[in-house]
Amino acid sequence: MIEVKNVVKSFDHKTILHNVSARFDSGKTNLIIGQSGSGKTVLMKSIVGLVRPEQGSIEFDGRNLLTMNAAQTKELRKEIGMLFQGSALFDSETVLDNVMFPLVMFSSMPYAEMLDRAHFCLERVNLKGQDNKYPSELSGGMQKRAAIARAIALNPKYLFCDEPNSGLDPKTSILIDELLSDITHEYNITTIINTHDMNSVLGIGENIVFLNKGHVDWVGNSAQIYNSTNEALIDFVFATRLFRQVRNYMISTHK
Amino acid sequence: MIVYNTLKEVGQYCLFMTRVLTTPDRWRVFCKRTINEIFTLGIGSIPLVTIISIFVGAVTTIQMKINLVSPLLPRYTIGMSAREIILLEFSSTILCLLLAGKVGSSVASEIGTMRVTEQIDALEIMGVNSANYLVLPKLIGFVGFIPILCIYSMFNSLVGGWLIAVFTDLVSVDTYLYGIRTMFNEWYVWYSLIKCVVFATIITSVASFYGYYVKGGSVEVGKSSTKSVVNASILILLFDVILTKLLLQ
Repeated sequence: MIEVKNVVKSFDHKTILHNVSARFDSGKTNLIIGQSGSGKTVLMKSIVGLVRPEQGSIEFDGRNLLTMNAAQTKELRKEIGMLFQGSALFDSETVLDNVMFPLVMFSSMPYAEMLDRAHFCLERVNLKGQDNKYPSELSGGMQKRAAIARAIALNPKYLFCDEPNSGLDPKTSILIDELLSDITHEYNITTIINTHDMNSVLGIGENIVFLNKGHVDWVGNSAQIYNSTNEALIDFVFATRLFRQVRNYMISTHK
Repeated sequence: MIVYNTLKEVGQYCLFMTRVLTTPDRWRVFCKRTINEIFTLGIGSIPLVTIISIFVGAVTTIQMKINLVSPLLPRYTIGMSAREIILLEFSSTILCLLLAGKVGSSVASEIGTMRVTEQIDALEIMGVNSANYLVLPKLIGFVGFIPILCIYSMFNSLVGGWLIAVFTDLVSVDTYLYGIRTMFNEWYVWYSLIKCVVFATIITSVASFYGYYVKGGSVEVGKSSTKSVVNASILILLFDVILTKLLLQ
């Protein structure tokens, strides 16, 4: 479980996160949603330690990231997997080498065992037979899946995904969502997904944190979102006519 | 403001180098990456060094013949002067200025691209010291290989002069060969090698620094690459003056 308490972060005297507090449970797909500029990415970067907040605490199962020394932070990071918006695969290395990278750097496994683990991860994300391809030879969806395979190679306790569906077609987006949801439940990972994709919000959102202008404006799950009275949330999630019709239908059928 | 920004950049560079110069996480990975960098940055520069050295050696010999026209000077002065120019300045300073363009821009754009595509963030998230992982192999690989490039450049430049002696009637082969061996000072070779090692450190670390801290997209990567070449070249010239004063006086 990850708990964020009263986090404040500013850039150039402009406060981006105002006393943000949120709880992200293990074994659940936790979503951070909000409009562009609402502070989603800053919050996620603060949680993973790429940005240091001025105030507050970020606790990974009771261990406060902001009071850790360098060695403790390094140990914690071995428990973290991250999927970046642009996949961030090492383009000079093959898919297999990318997946093997965390194993080579941090595990003491024999080479054959590392190879088995990398193949297992690639099979888990349906990338069997793509070992020797370079990232540039893969489609966007395949790159995301390879990045997921790399992120889960070390059996992480915490998985972070920054806009996993950006640039993907709806069908591939659903596959990525399902994969992330399955992996989260299968390995009891604390998964935090930063997304704009409303299909993801309504499909896999077990714990949704809605950020509005740097404040936590609403917390709930995908079922509760239909009945929410929070106007900013409704404007954001049900922005299109199709989604508004879906919402009306859901409300009418549940009455 | 310029002074403030320069001092800030120098401070940032020093902090960056303290992150680079730490013990690698995995020695096996480090050795493998260093060997790769020797091939990419060092051996990959051999064709450029060969061509430039032969031509500069040839041109220097021709210039010596044209300009040293005094009847008081013996003919072997042509070879001797060409050798001194090659040993003292060309195969260290000029060569490194050229390599600042080739190697520096390649290092800055490689690391800069990794920064803008979040590959460096990915390394940091995994708990890897990205500065050490990416830069130290380049630094060790290139600094370790530069003495070979320097000696190779000296040899090729002298060959360039010899080709002029063979294919033209400006100077006889025997006179040229006698000239390049006359009054040879071994220290000049060491002086050249010391300069090359310092310059190679500047090229790799400055280029890595500008690549590592690039912000934005592809345009900024290009700008940081240019900035790294310009600043590395200025630093090479500055250190050339300092090292010449220290080592030759």
